[in-house]
Amino acid sequence: MSESTQVTSRAGAPPRGQAQAPGRRVRRQWIVAGVLLAAAIYAPFQLVPFHVFQLTMVLVYAVALLGLNVLVGHAGQISLGHGAFFAAGAYAAAIMMFHWELPYLATLPVAAAVAFLLGLVLGVPAMRLRGLYLALVTLAIAIFLVPLLKRFEEVTGGSMGLSLAKPAPPAWSGLAEDQWLYFLALAVAVAAFLLAAGLLRSRVGRALHAVRDNEIAAEVMGVRLSYYKTLAFAWSAMFAGVAGCVYTWVIGFVSPDSFPVTLSITLLAGIVVGGLGSLSGPVLGALFVMFVPSLSQDINEAAPGVIFGLLIIAVMYVAPTGLAGLAGRAANSLKKTLRKG
Amino acid sequence: MTGFLQQVIQGLSTGAIYASLALALVLIYQFTGIVNFAQGELAMFSTYIAWQFTAAGMPFWLALVLTLVVSFAGGMLIERVIIRPVEGAPELTLVIVTVGLFIFVNAAAGWIWSFLIKDFPNPFPGGAFEVGGLTVGFQTLGVFAVVGIVMGLLYLLFQHTKIGLGMRAVATNPVSARLVGIRVGVTLALGWGLAATVGAVSGVLVAPLLFLEPNMMGGVLIYAFAAATLGGFDSPAGAVAGGLIVGVAETLAGAYVGAIGPDLKVGVPLVIILGVLLLRPQGLFGRAVVERA
Repeated sequence: MSESTQVTSRAGAPPRGQAQAPGRRVRRQWIVAGVLLAAAIYAPFQLVPFHVFQLTMVLVYAVALLGLNVLVGHAGQISLGHGAFFAAGAYAAAIMMFHWELPYLATLPVAAAVAFLLGLVLGVPAMRLRGLYLALVTLAIAIFLVPLLKRFEEVTGGSMGLSLAKPAPPAWSGLAEDQWLYFLALAVAVAAFLLAAGLLRSRVGRALHAVRDNEIAAEVMGVRLSYYKTLAFAWSAMFAGVAGCVYTWVIGFVSPDSFPVTLSITLLAGIVVGGLGSLSGPVLGALFVMFVPSLSQDINEAAPGVIFGLLIIAVMYVAPTGLAGLAGRAANSLKKTLRKG
Repeated sequence: MTGFLQQVIQGLSTGAIYASLALALVLIYQFTGIVNFAQGELAMFSTYIAWQFTAAGMPFWLALVLTLVVSFAGGMLIERVIIRPVEGAPELTLVIVTVGLFIFVNAAAGWIWSFLIKDFPNPFPGGAFEVGGLTVGFQTLGVFAVVGIVMGLLYLLFQHTKIGLGMRAVATNPVSARLVGIRVGVTLALGWGLAATVGAVSGVLVAPLLFLEPNMMGGVLIYAFAAATLGGFDSPAGAVAGGLIVGVAETLAGAYVGAIGPDLKVGVPLVIILGVLLLRPQGLFGRAVVERA
């Protein structure tokens, strides 16, 4: 028991063995982020459109995983139904663009608000439940979603879905369509990361960590459990909804079968493998969710599932901080070896 | 009225299948406090094993017995290899591990047997007989008989054997059980083995109705969850009662509530789960757990 409690509480904390002054570490984080961002801006001019599309999808997944990370990694609550919020955002955007012909940028705040409210409404009953019951309810929501979308055919287009025109790049930019979509996704992803980082560093983030690490202690210190859990659920749903909205822009098509239960489960797998409770976890998880299936599909149709399943279990045993934690550990041991040599 | 009763019979017959999977969930929950999200997939995998045996030319009932033996061994093996290292871990870890198992077993079945639909032999004759204007299929009777036999055997095991007494002791208080000399580790593995066996029965029963494919149990699982929640996760009898109630509720809602209809029936377990958890979280037959902060 004690070992595993430690594991969860360590998930969000900075890796041990980093003795530098906090100021220097923060500065280094900014430098790394800057270099990555520069590479991300440079990349679409060097890659073929298909690869640009793949990277765009990585950004979409990263935003969704960022949301799931707030809930699972930072608040310690589980969701097997985040695909439902992703779908809610995607459909909110698609319906506005298809039926009301709104400009696509206007759909983003609305999709975010819809998913946030949905998360709030579902979060109120769900957060009275603990652990596995929450997993049950969210799973049931994800399963219920597909027939529900098929049912309201006039609005959602039924099983046929809705086809939309993809956002066209403005003339001044001189970009191709895939590049423009990539930069839209990149802008949204960067904004989402800054928002999440700010959120988690604030009072809310500290309250969530307290709830995750010890509910009773948190309550004694005056953290209202149900309030913060519901809030985490709603925030996390909002990020998933934003990701869904960008998904609609990028794919230009939504149908109930784009959001099966497996999407929710894949998202959970992605964040667990990427690294619960770390800021780089969502990006690593998104790379994983995007590229493992496309690379391993050649071996066998079922290979991605086998790899995902085994990795999730393995990660829970040996590396509860996921790929992000492993990378941190590797960097630390490398540093030690260099210092010695 | 006849039509209504006919629907009830139909509901009870699907409910019996939910009940057997719910029973498997409850067995594992009692012993290890884990809700096994992979239970349905394990049942599906067992069904494939049964299919493999019959495809090799074995008579159905022999294939079933062999499958149950293999499932029992498989369940024990999974407990030993996969669950043991995370025993006593927080719920989040346990849920994630069983979800991982879910993904793995599902994909492994697809890898071995492909995702194409397979015809599963129906062990029961296709006919039906009539009682007072009601048609009762032999299929329905067969399902009832099999689930009834399984429950009877479990009852005998738990109430009238030494192993069963030991298992009940472990479920009630593992520490005390260990102190009086019961081998808790072995008992937990037995619990997983039993659950896998009971789950295999539900898979074999449902396969002729749904066709055999790797995602076959995904839909059944959520009904079994609803059944176990309704009956109470710590009550095997409750799981059976819950399964029957969920089966009837689902069928009636699909048949008589226009807004729900056959396509939104899957909302019924969601409503049941939410309703039970908000109004009576321990379920109809479960014990409310008093926790000391």
